[in-house]
Amino acid sequence: MNSNVNRNMDHLRQLESESIYILREVAAQFERPALLFSGGKDSITLVRLAQKAFAPGRFPFPLVHIDTGHNFQEALDYRDALAREVGAELIVRKVEDTIRQRGLTEPRGKFASRNWLQTHTLLDTISEFGFDACIGGARRDEEKARAKERIFSVRNDFGEWDPKLQRPELWDVYNGRIHKGENVRVFPISNWTELDVWSYIRAEEIPLPSIYFAHEREVLVHEGQLIAVSPFIEIEPGDLVVRRSVRYRTVGDMTCTAAVESRAVTLDQVVDEIMATRISERGETRIDDRVTEAAMEDRKKGGYF
Amino acid sequence: MDILRFITAGSVDDGKSTLIGRLLYDSKSILADQLEAVERSSKGRTGGEIDLALLTDGLRAEREQGITIDVAYRYFSTPVRKFIIADAPGHIQYTRNMITGASHADAIIILIDARQGVLEQTRRHSIIASMLRIGHVIVAINKMDLVDFSEARFNEIQQEYLGVASSLGMKDIRFIPICALSGDNIVDPSERMPWYVEGTLLNMLEKLELSGDTNLEHPRFQVQYVIRPQTAELHDYRGYAGRIASGVYRRGDQVRVLPSGRESRIERIEIAGVEVEEAFASQSVVMLLTDDLDISRGDLIVHPDDLPFVSQETDVLLCWLDERPLSVGNKYMLQHNSRLVRVVVREISHRIDVNTLEHQPVEGAVRLNEVVQARLKMASPLAFDAYEDLRATGHAILVDETGHSTVAAVMFQ
Repeated sequence: MNSNVNRNMDHLRQLESESIYILREVAAQFERPALLFSGGKDSITLVRLAQKAFAPGRFPFPLVHIDTGHNFQEALDYRDALAREVGAELIVRKVEDTIRQRGLTEPRGKFASRNWLQTHTLLDTISEFGFDACIGGARRDEEKARAKERIFSVRNDFGEWDPKLQRPELWDVYNGRIHKGENVRVFPISNWTELDVWSYIRAEEIPLPSIYFAHEREVLVHEGQLIAVSPFIEIEPGDLVVRRSVRYRTVGDMTCTAAVESRAVTLDQVVDEIMATRISERGETRIDDRVTEAAMEDRKKGGYF
Repeated sequence: MDILRFITAGSVDDGKSTLIGRLLYDSKSILADQLEAVERSSKGRTGGEIDLALLTDGLRAEREQGITIDVAYRYFSTPVRKFIIADAPGHIQYTRNMITGASHADAIIILIDARQGVLEQTRRHSIIASMLRIGHVIVAINKMDLVDFSEARFNEIQQEYLGVASSLGMKDIRFIPICALSGDNIVDPSERMPWYVEGTLLNMLEKLELSGDTNLEHPRFQVQYVIRPQTAELHDYRGYAGRIASGVYRRGDQVRVLPSGRESRIERIEIAGVEVEEAFASQSVVMLLTDDLDISRGDLIVHPDDLPFVSQETDVLLCWLDERPLSVGNKYMLQHNSRLVRVVVREISHRIDVNTLEHQPVEGAVRLNEVVQARLKMASPLAFDAYEDLRATGHAILVDETGHSTVAAVMFQ
């Protein structure tokens, strides 16, 4: 090889290499790690990264889905197919069961979201299987509390995040040592932005659930947001229900994820739309963050993802 | 497009948050709804203009007290580069947070208030930057509007700073006069400082030459994880997964495994299951060797003619990050990337004052945020480099054996 060979990595390959490094640290440092899988584009990206990190070995994490019961069918079908394809164990635990077993109060209201209740199911699942690390697809560009969270985020027995007691995280040395009962939430794509994720999906040609592309759908127009009409939300007299060409920028619960108007049917078109947008992913699509200025901070302190 | 990671150092009063807010805002990285949220908060607080500093405030306590407690990461990009900003607090009580942020940085922006000139904290931030070997320093002289955009004042502060920097061995230092509040020389050139012709801060960040920062000369590869599929077709496959810390590896290279010292040759290098001819620093790869050696997580694979130190005792620079003090004789786990080894602190020779670089005797224990020169003894031989030669294999952390927290940053000497 001559010395003029280009040994610079572009930003996507740098991010990929960093994430693979983190995933390998998880596999090496923990006894029983799991990958939290929602069917959303971020967790789909994580699965691809983990496949690359451990090829040609077996996929070392079970996929864990905390199922609110308010899912898009397309995301569920995708989840099942992906788990089969990568040969990963799929663990599904339902929020509905937790509500029944633990006598929790089912949320009420127009967009009764079980999003908060997922924390209960998640913590039960962690103790049922003895998971010591849970890998999640959260990114720091999403939200201001996430901007401060470590890549290895130690949680106590209640899954609680204490932002004032975070371990210093120096260089790329990740300290995953914990006490029994504690667990670590690991965020390998912390440093990726929404556009990075989309650009990577395009570069890698990763298939996505169809709802990420423009399709016709009945939506309720609520405070400027478009919410899919489903059995999980209440339609009242006077509500504006229309048929629009929409796609999802993020896929979560049907009750708390809004769609965006779109004509983008290919990944190139989606990436173009994302680059042109003037509204953030959470701002445009998440109904649950709007409650208070510190909504995410509070949920994380309470054991959320 | 590549990635530049930089840290901003300065206190709230220097306009650090305003500077970051301005960079994000003027580079159009702030989206409409995020701006709206800041506008709403600004009304409650400043009563009028948008307070760009609020764009960077994260936790509730920080918003309430108007301070930065912990490092927050911000992202923006231009067509040529993706930027990751570590927004770290500047006050001395948060030195550990600054060290954390600085450990990831390729560059540092040191903010100086044009009225004040070089202060104790300027010195401290520069000393920390030099200890952590941050390759590029941008000194942003802010609030130029308050000194009538005076070129003479700018030159004066520049000379003053060079005096500080000369003892620190910093290589790439640049200066820029700015006014973060009004955006002069941040993204758009200042019309009020026509005497400064070296472009804007964003230009400077876009043009910093990073290719020289990655060391491609000294091959260092530490094993993170051993991949053994144990399937019928890959029965004997034994791949060593890890990220290349520095240097270049090629198929056929003769290699030595440390600390054992055994030798073999590289049979194959794979990236994500695909074979490649060569691999280089910061790529995550899998290596297969021709011989069946006993290699496990933490072992270092190097070229036999380019060896790191292998030793059971060494001098280090320690930044103490824990509330509980450090005393001679304390035992810890040393985590050197993927290698864990027990160590005992044999000797603490002196404290280094982070404000002056002065060496001071250590009487009693070492406390939070202090930097000391110490001697560690390892339970078994460790292969490492001097931090000033090779950052990636020259650093480590100390972990409390019973509490499990990270208590120190370690730089080998």
